[in-house]
Amino acid sequence: MSLLHVKDMTHYFGGLRAVYQYHLTIAPGEIHGLIGPNGAGKTTVFNLITGIHQPSEGTISLQGKSLLGLRPHQVAASGLGRTFQNMLLWRHMTVLEHVKLAHYAQIQYGLAGAFFGSRRRNAEEARIEENAYRLLDAFNITRFADQIVTFLPYGVQRRVEMARAMAIRPKILFLDEPTAGMTPEELDQMIGIIRKLHDEFKVAILLIEHRLKFVMELCQRVQTLVFGEVIAEGTPSEIKKNPAVIEAYLGKEEVA
Amino acid sequence: MELLKAKTLSSPVAWRSGIRQAFADVPALAWLLGMLGAVLIEYLWGDTLAVMLYLPKVPPLFGATLVLKKPLLFPWALLYGLLIYVLPIGVIARVSAATANRVAKALERLPVSVSALLHLVLLYAVLSIWTENSDYRLQVSKLIMIAVMLTLSINVINGYMGEFSCSHPGFMALGAYVASVLTLVLFKDNRLFGPALLPESLGPFLFPLVLFIGGMAAAFGALIVAIPSFRTRGDYLAIISLAFLFIVKSAIENIEWVGGPRGLGGQPHWSTLPAVFAGMILCIWIINNFVRSTLGKALNAVRDNEIAADAMTVDTRRTKMVAFMFGAFWAGVAGGLYAHEVRHVTPGSFGIQMLAEILAMVYFGGLNSVIGSIVGAVSISMISEILKPLGLYKWIVVPLILILVMIFRPTGLFAFRDFNVRKILRHKG
Repeated sequence: MSLLHVKDMTHYFGGLRAVYQYHLTIAPGEIHGLIGPNGAGKTTVFNLITGIHQPSEGTISLQGKSLLGLRPHQVAASGLGRTFQNMLLWRHMTVLEHVKLAHYAQIQYGLAGAFFGSRRRNAEEARIEENAYRLLDAFNITRFADQIVTFLPYGVQRRVEMARAMAIRPKILFLDEPTAGMTPEELDQMIGIIRKLHDEFKVAILLIEHRLKFVMELCQRVQTLVFGEVIAEGTPSEIKKNPAVIEAYLGKEEVA
Repeated sequence: MELLKAKTLSSPVAWRSGIRQAFADVPALAWLLGMLGAVLIEYLWGDTLAVMLYLPKVPPLFGATLVLKKPLLFPWALLYGLLIYVLPIGVIARVSAATANRVAKALERLPVSVSALLHLVLLYAVLSIWTENSDYRLQVSKLIMIAVMLTLSINVINGYMGEFSCSHPGFMALGAYVASVLTLVLFKDNRLFGPALLPESLGPFLFPLVLFIGGMAAAFGALIVAIPSFRTRGDYLAIISLAFLFIVKSAIENIEWVGGPRGLGGQPHWSTLPAVFAGMILCIWIINNFVRSTLGKALNAVRDNEIAADAMTVDTRRTKMVAFMFGAFWAGVAGGLYAHEVRHVTPGSFGIQMLAEILAMVYFGGLNSVIGSIVGAVSISMISEILKPLGLYKWIVVPLILILVMIFRPTGLFAFRDFNVRKILRHKG
């Protein structure tokens, strides 16, 4: 049974066709890659599925339940976690607060509890904190727990963002260029982190990436998006050989 | 060794760190005891000392007002301050530090509320003895406490959630007018609303309920600002909220049965010291609880990045609505207390000038911080009260201070601090 199912999704920004008849099926536990040149509409696909924009046409469903018309926080709460290309962290908050706050939808106390510091609120806060520390441990960033994110190294910030996304207990995780701006060593580390995360949390992953090495190592299936349309789909090795993909990335070979 | 010590103690920096070291192990309890001692000494011998020091009477606000009027009295006012406040507080705090530390340590085994309550009782005792001396002092203290509530409540919106809202005096006016009308209709015979519906003796007991209803009215008004805030941010929201302030002000000016532009007077004097003190403590406690909980941290996430907050399951609309209504509620309560203290409210008093004062307090003290709000409210109200003899020039000095703070500490004196009661009351020796 498929976990996430997107069918014939089309989106226009005014007169610009950003995504055209996009389709996607992700099985539980799968790692799916989405590649394509700049401006191909990869991030738009993310934003459409996560509810930031509503698609002009098409259907999106998670475990058979439609996500259309839901607001972004509802989409997220139904099990869809994501990271952002330019890491949208909360610059005045500590690492621990980031991960704790992503438990928002799971909080079991109301406003009255928050105002008067009820026993239930304290118990809930303790539970959330414990859970947050478990996630920090998993991403190996416990020692930064009480630091403001702004001053942390780039690689750590990336891990904070992933830990935060995992705190919403996603069934499927969207990673938008997790290696942007990373050195080759950090890239290898990130591959390890994503593997570990995939094995430990049993989460399916949809990955936008530019670096083919990364995609080839991690993904089971890859889609190539050009001008909002899927031009090729298959296993990484198939994609690598596909002439349409090579053309989109490197341009047409010219006969001298 | 001796020589070295003597040498280091000669520089002012060394002096300062020396003093700090000497008082490093003094817990909050000992400081409170010191203040209690000081105000008791003033209560008993303040008048005698004032006469001995050629002062016309006990200086009500640390002699600053007096000095501005008669600069020649400066040394005597200073001496008075040293003898009555600085010396007793320092000595008693130092001497009682060891015992106080033991008590504080013992209290740490009990729930934090017990310790907090004890400290509050002491603080209240200090305040009530200090304000015994003059009505002026009493009123200034009460207005400062009301200012603390206002500053804290605007900090929820402008600091914790980072929306620049200018409608706070409007919320305060709503609370003040609704509470005033209620008390006048229910408990007081008067010209506008006729005879009272309930016996006046019942009033002080129902006063909290009246304040609550005033607060709820303000919270309801906040919806009008909250809904555009779903789509608008920054400058635009500031303009909308400013418009709301003027709507409230003009509306009240045009409602003849609440007095119109002449204002509404004759409220019973129910904002007593215990009432205002209790209101302020309740406000600090609830707001602090809220902003430290995960539900309250959602405000910070909305401020720092709304898209990310949404993607992390935070219901941003609900969060904004809650923050606006919550902040407005406390502004309304503060307004109700204010109306029953000054006992005459006019729509004109809830205008731009009050907005400027509230904003000065919150930005001076520090955004996103309970302690900053308290410091900001106390210091700005104190400064503007002290500088009253300067007349119009006061409005040059206060903004100047604000400009200096913005240059040297752009986020305010104590921005982004957690207000941890346990840590403040902790033993230190």
